[in-house]
Amino acid sequence: MTSALHVSARPGFALAGAILLLVLPLGLLAVDQPFYIVLASRILVFALIASSLNLLIGYGGMISFGHAAFVGIGAYTVAGLMQAGIVSAWLAWPIAMLAGAVLALGIGWISLRTSGVYFIMITLAFAQMAYYAIISLKLLGGDDGLSLGGRSALLPGIDLKADLSFYYVALACFAASLAFLHRLINAELGRALQGVRDNETRMEALGFPTYRIKLAAFIIAGALAGLGGALLANLTGLVSPSLLHWTQSGALMIMVILGGAGRLLGGAIGAAVLLIIEEVLRDYTIHWQLGVGVVLLAIVLFAPSGLAGGLAGLRQRRQA
Amino acid sequence: MTLILFVEQCLNGVQLGLMLFLLAAGLTLVFGIMDMINLAHGSLYMIGAYLAATVIEATGSFLLGAGAAMIGTGLIGAALEVSLFRQLYRRSHLNQVLATFALILIANETVRMIWGAQPILLNMPEALAGPVEPVEGFRYPAYRLAVIAVGAAVALLLYVMVVHTRLGMRVRAGASDRDMANVMGVDTRRLFTLVFAIGAGLCALAGAMLGPILAVQVGMGENILILAFVVIVIGGIGSIRGALVGALLVGLIDTAGRAFLPGLLRHVFPPTIASEAGPALASILIYVLMASVLYFRPRGLFPARG
Amino acid sequence: MSAPSLAISGLSKRFGGVVAVDAVELQLQSGELHALIGPNGAGKTTLVQLLSGAERVDAGSIHLDGRDITHVAMHQRAGLGLGRSYQISSVFAAFSVLDNLALAAQARARRRWGCWAPVAADAVLFAAARGTLDAIGLSARAETPAGALAHGERRQLELGLALASGASMLLLDEPMAGMAAAEAERMLALIASLRGKFTILLVEHDMDAVFRLADRITVLVYGRVIATGGAEDIRRHPDVRRAYLGEDQP
Repeated sequence: MTSALHVSARPGFALAGAILLLVLPLGLLAVDQPFYIVLASRILVFALIASSLNLLIGYGGMISFGHAAFVGIGAYTVAGLMQAGIVSAWLAWPIAMLAGAVLALGIGWISLRTSGVYFIMITLAFAQMAYYAIISLKLLGGDDGLSLGGRSALLPGIDLKADLSFYYVALACFAASLAFLHRLINAELGRALQGVRDNETRMEALGFPTYRIKLAAFIIAGALAGLGGALLANLTGLVSPSLLHWTQSGALMIMVILGGAGRLLGGAIGAAVLLIIEEVLRDYTIHWQLGVGVVLLAIVLFAPSGLAGGLAGLRQRRQA
Repeated sequence: MTLILFVEQCLNGVQLGLMLFLLAAGLTLVFGIMDMINLAHGSLYMIGAYLAATVIEATGSFLLGAGAAMIGTGLIGAALEVSLFRQLYRRSHLNQVLATFALILIANETVRMIWGAQPILLNMPEALAGPVEPVEGFRYPAYRLAVIAVGAAVALLLYVMVVHTRLGMRVRAGASDRDMANVMGVDTRRLFTLVFAIGAGLCALAGAMLGPILAVQVGMGENILILAFVVIVIGGIGSIRGALVGALLVGLIDTAGRAFLPGLLRHVFPPTIASEAGPALASILIYVLMASVLYFRPRGLFPARG
Repeated sequence: MSAPSLAISGLSKRFGGVVAVDAVELQLQSGELHALIGPNGAGKTTLVQLLSGAERVDAGSIHLDGRDITHVAMHQRAGLGLGRSYQISSVFAAFSVLDNLALAAQARARRRWGCWAPVAADAVLFAAARGTLDAIGLSARAETPAGALAHGERRQLELGLALASGASMLLLDEPMAGMAAAEAERMLALIASLRGKFTILLVEHDMDAVFRLADRITVLVYGRVIATGGAEDIRRHPDVRRAYLGEDQP
């Protein structure tokens, strides 16, 4: 690795991944395990959300502990619009992204004036405000949340209620988001963002408006998380305040750290690993959380730079 | 009537504040001295409450239960510090978050395996079960008064200890400049273990005393943990004085907000809006407080580091 | 564009009870190489911090090319052509030397908001970065991560960042700090080559270097300007000899 700044995607690797994800549900149907299509969709949605958080943590050095708020507002936007009779995904999902972006603008505006642990805590505080605000609003179902009458309507002929079509829509959203993030981090804003992460004062001295650069990234991540929330609401058919609970923000952070902060696929790998571990352990024991905890602890102690980091390290060692 | 209500809510607020201080004291010292984000601090509070419940049930003595919980949780805290946390101090905040989040999962599930998923009801000591009437016409639960008394005593003791003893001097030296403390010959390894154990013991005391008021259940640590973080961030990380002021502020504002805000709003807004917005505003009040403190004083009210 | 001039008037900064910079008056002519010397703790770095916008000014004013920049944000001052280097090298350690300079070139081109086109494919930007790379003599190290450079090379890159960012007025905070003699000689030649093309405020400890290079010299002691003038004036100035060279005799 000569420079950390340009993230190149290996075309062969990307193609293999795309083909695998495209045929995966067909394979699952062939072996008669359609349930896992829903799990795979869930992983894709969380991969999208965790990747958006990775933009902040990994590329911007902004350890946001309130990302669930953006997911939540996206999900509630779709649910609320559906109650109001707006079912079109073409309308509802962009509005969900807009809602995430606007919330991120508000939270980032104030939070980005602090740094370090105080930034972690102030983002947490704002997410808590969103959580309690949602709980107390009877209009949004309060504690119980809202149940969606159905799924958003995409195109005539594509029925999102079918798990298979939903999977492909989730895959398309994830792939598009990842491609966008890849372009972004290699483009002007992304390079400036990484410069700010590594040495904010110097970036300012060079003439970069660092506060606005961080805010821009914060808004982009908020919009993508809003899209993730829209997908999540469609997937589960129910939105509840627990989407915004701080442990959700924590779990998203865990995914990013687990997969490797500051690596393009870090969020996706982390989401997949965490959700699969949960699923596997859940099959074995009702005390699966214990197992998840032990695995996470082992990873911190033995692979501190995350799984993607660990793999890259392994590859480098082999090449050397 | 309204005066009585006001005094009652103030006492409730002070009581919540003092209990938050017991939790925040350990958290702020661990955070300030060791630069360590410990999300599992709330788990120690939960473990303390369960230990207390068990011993109280076995012996029938509340005092014995609370004492055993403090000692037991303190030992667990010390063991955790020696076996795990020591390896995390020099790691990044991200790694600390991941590791202590894992600890929350492990603690929750272990407690569920031992005590089951049902909440446990902890009875208050019988002598304190009824109300007292300190002033004619003003009745207040005796137990809550006792909680205030114990909380105030411990807070005072801790304050004196940190501000006026040699041990406290070392702790403060560690909080404001760890490397300097090392140079001055403070044995930071033993100091860290001791601070951690004391912090854990205080968590257990809070858990035991809040047990009869709130339910003892899995997950009880998570929400109160966030409150404790709010307290130490408002007060300034690493500062005991800040933790005390922050805890009382949060306790009073949270309690007063819930008690009076919906009523106040009804004077200004139509009832439908007031009944919707009142509880919402009340529950986000302390987070608004925290965000505004950080906005104007980005390092809290009493910053410990220069 | 002609090189800008800098006018500092009554500039003061205190930290608690200590006055670090005390009513400093200083004018830099366009294209001048002006050295700022003074014993340790004289407030030289604080002055640079005030000029670059890293610290708030307590009193006084700073004008760049006639424009009041006393309260202008740091990044906007950079946009007006005010560049600086740091006494302790402040480079992007994880990025290659070339990427460091490309980032600075990006700042010069005022390009921050692009979200799609890869910067690495931008020939114009990288041609500019390579130009600076050659100028600072690090062509052989283009792909080396800045964190892996030797101390002297890192000092060269430090200066390179300021050059590539499009500054026309340079604040150089001890560019030769900690350098071995041969390295310092190279840096000296580099600074000499900038002479006339930039307006330069050079903070430096090395007296020989200062007397060889500078058009004019200002001496700062305890935050106050005690003398400004040409090399000979400064050499002979009694206050300077007493305060700075440590000579007690009259």
